[in-house]
Amino acid sequence: MGKEGFRSLINQSTIQRHMKKRKERIDRGIKARSSDIFALSSWREMLYLAAPRLIPLIGFLVLPLILSTYWQKVLLSVAVFALLAISWDILAQTGMISLGQALFFGMGAYASGTLNHYLGWHPLIAIPIASVLGGLVCTAFLLPVLRLRGIYFSMVTLIIPLMLVRIVEATKIFGGTEGLSSIASLPSKWIELYLIMGALTAALFGFRRMLGSDYGLVLKGISDNDRSVMNAGINIYWFKIQALFISSCIGAFSGAFMTHVYMFVGMPVFALDYSILPIAAAVVGGPGTLAGATLGAFILVPLSEILRGIGGLRIVFYGLFLVVFIVALPEGIFHYVQSKYHQFERWVEVE
Amino acid sequence: MGAASSSDTEDKTVSFDIVAGSHSHILFEENYLIMFLGTIVYAIVNSVILALMAIGFNLTFGISGVANFAYGALYIFSAYASWMLLNLLGLPYFLSAVISILLTALLGALMYRFVLLRVRGQALSEVIATFGIGLAILELFRYLGFVGFEYNLPVFIDQSFLIAGTYIDMQRILIVIIGTVLVVALWVFTHHTSLGLAFRGIAQDERTALSLGIDSDRIATVAVSFGAGLAAIAATIIIPLGSIAPGEGYEVLIKALAVCIIGGLGSTGGVIVASFIIGFAERFTDTYISSHWTMIVSLAAILIVLIVKPSGLFGKQKELEERI
Repeated sequence: MGKEGFRSLINQSTIQRHMKKRKERIDRGIKARSSDIFALSSWREMLYLAAPRLIPLIGFLVLPLILSTYWQKVLLSVAVFALLAISWDILAQTGMISLGQALFFGMGAYASGTLNHYLGWHPLIAIPIASVLGGLVCTAFLLPVLRLRGIYFSMVTLIIPLMLVRIVEATKIFGGTEGLSSIASLPSKWIELYLIMGALTAALFGFRRMLGSDYGLVLKGISDNDRSVMNAGINIYWFKIQALFISSCIGAFSGAFMTHVYMFVGMPVFALDYSILPIAAAVVGGPGTLAGATLGAFILVPLSEILRGIGGLRIVFYGLFLVVFIVALPEGIFHYVQSKYHQFERWVEVE
Repeated sequence: MGAASSSDTEDKTVSFDIVAGSHSHILFEENYLIMFLGTIVYAIVNSVILALMAIGFNLTFGISGVANFAYGALYIFSAYASWMLLNLLGLPYFLSAVISILLTALLGALMYRFVLLRVRGQALSEVIATFGIGLAILELFRYLGFVGFEYNLPVFIDQSFLIAGTYIDMQRILIVIIGTVLVVALWVFTHHTSLGLAFRGIAQDERTALSLGIDSDRIATVAVSFGAGLAAIAATIIIPLGSIAPGEGYEVLIKALAVCIIGGLGSTGGVIVASFIIGFAERFTDTYISSHWTMIVSLAAILIVLIVKPSGLFGKQKELEERI
């Protein structure tokens, strides 16, 4: 009860800048009844609670069936970017702003590509192992930065993938500039589609629950005030390492998956696109909820597909989106929609 | 090592052979000495270039705490502005360089006033906002098709010298001179002018500085603008060595970040020492091992410094705030 009521109070007080009238946000009655009193009395209330969860769930199930082949491919990359955005968001919640999701993506992609190309492992075995392997390697790479707060993490994550490209190019490891081709694809289109949709569903709901649990509270506490978390006798390095590992595993999974979709892995996996789009998606959708990150990916990726004609200008727009949303709507779209769903607004006179 | 280096280094060895060939008797040791001295000369130039690239980023961060991830974009912006003024408007080179430096500084100030001021103090929003701006600028230039060898700036004086048996062009010598002058000028500025002292006051303790009547927002605007101006100065003297390309913006940002991480953010002395470490390490790996390994050396240097001394070599001042 307390949390939601308190939030609406805060909203009221921030609106008070308008002198004559102010906007008042009050929780809908159905919200108060259905979230606080657990004796659900009507289908309407149950639906009110279930709809926000069912809509994405049904969407993930049905979309692959109704889309054309071209848009199915788009859906694949939507899901991949949504996973990357979720992985960015988990890190951001722990106070680590990554500018290089491409590192996670690329590590997973190269790990899976190597397992399949050199060792001939089946994709369905290579993908999960590559996810864990990629996660371990990325965590090891970023371990030294965890002892610093602030922008160091951003700086190092930005640098490492761009340097790794150069290193792959120069030392000609893993196929060098040509990359590794003739990598096995997944058995069928439907396995491809439902594997990634299943992973997205699991990540979205699972990690949302994780962030809401005590464990998630510790992670958020680290980003709010790390010293007081330390005072509580919690080893924040260990928690940061765990968050980093979880996040890089998600990123590595999407990379490993994409390798088997393209049947190729090469230097483009470290491209800036894989770093920028997830951040843009999470910022536009609304950081901190994971649902916002997913929503952002579902808006931005199809949008950029429609705008394919303008080519490089897309990245310009992503850059501007980032600036506009960070300055004007830092809460993102999801929070906005959420407050509309749970609360109603009215203008009231200021006494 | 000798056999390996002569087979691995491609064009470098060839050019040194030509230099050595002008003497009639080539002793193997003499050739080696010339190669060594040449590497040192180029390493010094390389170090000064790195210091020039990093000093603006470092100054902005040291004073205002804003990590300007649009830094590389501002560097490239000034180069293109200068190119356009020179080639499209036909202004004289010196004038167009000065105008483009001022324009870039203005852009930095505007960026602070209209974007960064609103997210001031939230380090992570600042990072995303500046990164977004940088991305938009660089990719816009790429989209507009400003790519190719015709996009370059002329060298100041087209002449070259023989130093320690190695040919070196006037531009590189000028870079070393201007870089040194700039560092000294910055030191004098921050230690002996009232604005410079205000800069350092804000950097040390913002609240106390505020209580002494120093407007921290104004100083931070000037600091971001100064950083942008320094990026533009660096671009004006470094770009004539190559051509202007949007990709170069990311390159400059990476190099600036690498130098700042190793030297310690916000420390000018650290930046200079770190540029010399990376600059020498890069050139020597380039000559004696293989040009492929230069990047690995910088990456390894960053990781080792982060493990051994997380705040960088000279990051003492802010160590307590940054370390946890």
